[in-house]
Amino acid sequence: MSTETIAGSAVEVDGEGFLEDAKQWNEGIGEEIAHSNGIDPMTDRHWQVVKFMRATYLDTGAAPSIRSLGKLSGVPIKELYQLFPKGPAKLAAKIGGIPKPRGCI
Amino acid sequence: MRQRIVILGAGTGGTMMANRLRRAHSREDMEIIVVDRDDEHIYQPGLLFVPFGLTRADDITRPRSAQLHRGIDLRRSEIDRVDLDASAVYLTDGPPIPYDVLVIATGSELLPEDTEGMTGPGWGERVFTFYTLDGAQGLAGALAELRGGRLVVNLVDMPVKCPVAPLEFAFLADWYLHDRGIREDVELSFVTPLDAAFTKPMAAARLSSLLDDKRIELVTEFATGEVDGRKGRLVSYDEREVPFDLLVTVPLHGGAPYVARSPGLGDELGFVQTDPFTLQARAASNVFAIGDATNLPTSKAGSVTHFEADILTENVDRFVRDRPLTGAFDGHANCFVETGFKKALLIDFNYETEPLPGRFPGHAGPLPLLAESRLNHLGKLMFQWFYWHVLLPGRDLPGIPTQMSMAGKRPPAAPMQEVRQ
Repeated sequence: MSTETIAGSAVEVDGEGFLEDAKQWNEGIGEEIAHSNGIDPMTDRHWQVVKFMRATYLDTGAAPSIRSLGKLSGVPIKELYQLFPKGPAKLAAKIGGIPKPRGCI
Repeated sequence: MRQRIVILGAGTGGTMMANRLRRAHSREDMEIIVVDRDDEHIYQPGLLFVPFGLTRADDITRPRSAQLHRGIDLRRSEIDRVDLDASAVYLTDGPPIPYDVLVIATGSELLPEDTEGMTGPGWGERVFTFYTLDGAQGLAGALAELRGGRLVVNLVDMPVKCPVAPLEFAFLADWYLHDRGIREDVELSFVTPLDAAFTKPMAAARLSSLLDDKRIELVTEFATGEVDGRKGRLVSYDEREVPFDLLVTVPLHGGAPYVARSPGLGDELGFVQTDPFTLQARAASNVFAIGDATNLPTSKAGSVTHFEADILTENVDRFVRDRPLTGAFDGHANCFVETGFKKALLIDFNYETEPLPGRFPGHAGPLPLLAESRLNHLGKLMFQWFYWHVLLPGRDLPGIPTQMSMAGKRPPAAPMQEVRQ
């Protein structure tokens, strides 16, 4: 764990750059994490996914899987991969300031 | 007052629950009704062996009715929906069945049509799953005709029944091809959406070194978006491709369709939203769920269902007596992992503890954990007898407690890190 300054705020991040405390997050931080991960600009579709991820996490304590995102977020899986290349669930979680999604058994 | 318990599904969980409850409660106190759509009970762990000609359909299939003790009323119908407010189950054939307590044990269903192209050209010819009896039998034919080329074993996405089974298939395929003298002519690949061979770090490390030893290529973080049976290629959502001549795939899983038709009962995949410790459904206090039908973060496996049955029998008893439930279920799973050449690993774990090396059961136990042995393989083969004669009748396995024990396990010195998706 280390402290980093992102978009002018000091935040705690883990070894892979995920925020340790979801409460330290704001949209400016999300925007900057997105840019440093090659997403520029953050479109409304990006935000739809990120905000859905974050709301689900804050509500249930767990981030949804990609399959669940595809069913619930209003963005189909194919498009999720276009918006967030390589790992939509991981990247959207990072941008949304929530922990890395855990794979289930 | 006489209670009516309705159990949906006469598979592993439903049969164990019906038999356990029948033994614990007199017919005057409790009426037990079980609903299933057919009368064929398949020993699902046996499906893995069918493609290799090591077992046959009639060796692993028995009538459901014959597994249920006397005094259990088995009704044959599809389920239309559950009305949680009215506490009644609606069938497609026959009148609704009101219940005092409902136990949902309808497992999970395969959804091959949810992956683009999977059931298109090539399905049943060069694209198979061994998760159904038909698929396993078809695959046996295709494997027997295989002379060379690329054999790809693919897991589309979690959750699936018996998450180690796809790996076991790859290991057994390596053995089978050796045995036929054509291993050199076949490239074997294991393609998974996970970032490692398995979900938990120590088991993942052990299993990927086995893949390595057996020269089975491991392709990770491959989110299958399309199966192209005509050209013989798997395509991921991020447009990577894996070519195949023969594809053995484990399709997406979901809950039974009636769960989605019963508002509030299931999650977005149709699995029953269930308390992980009491097994009570989130939607209603007089509804419980067991086995593959739940959304619990543990393996969908018969051993898990067996341990759950012990806790759930207790909780149904407490519920009908108006006593507080026990939250004793710990996610315990215990699985033999067939690794080919008459050897197997054993893993034993729960919600909190990942599979660890050591001995089982206990320090002096005969079975090594997370290590290959002949005895584990024999254990796996013997298990079928225990399934029909001990598990389904609702008895306990000698020497194997419901809750996971740390005795005999060797935890790593350093803190563990979860493998994440």
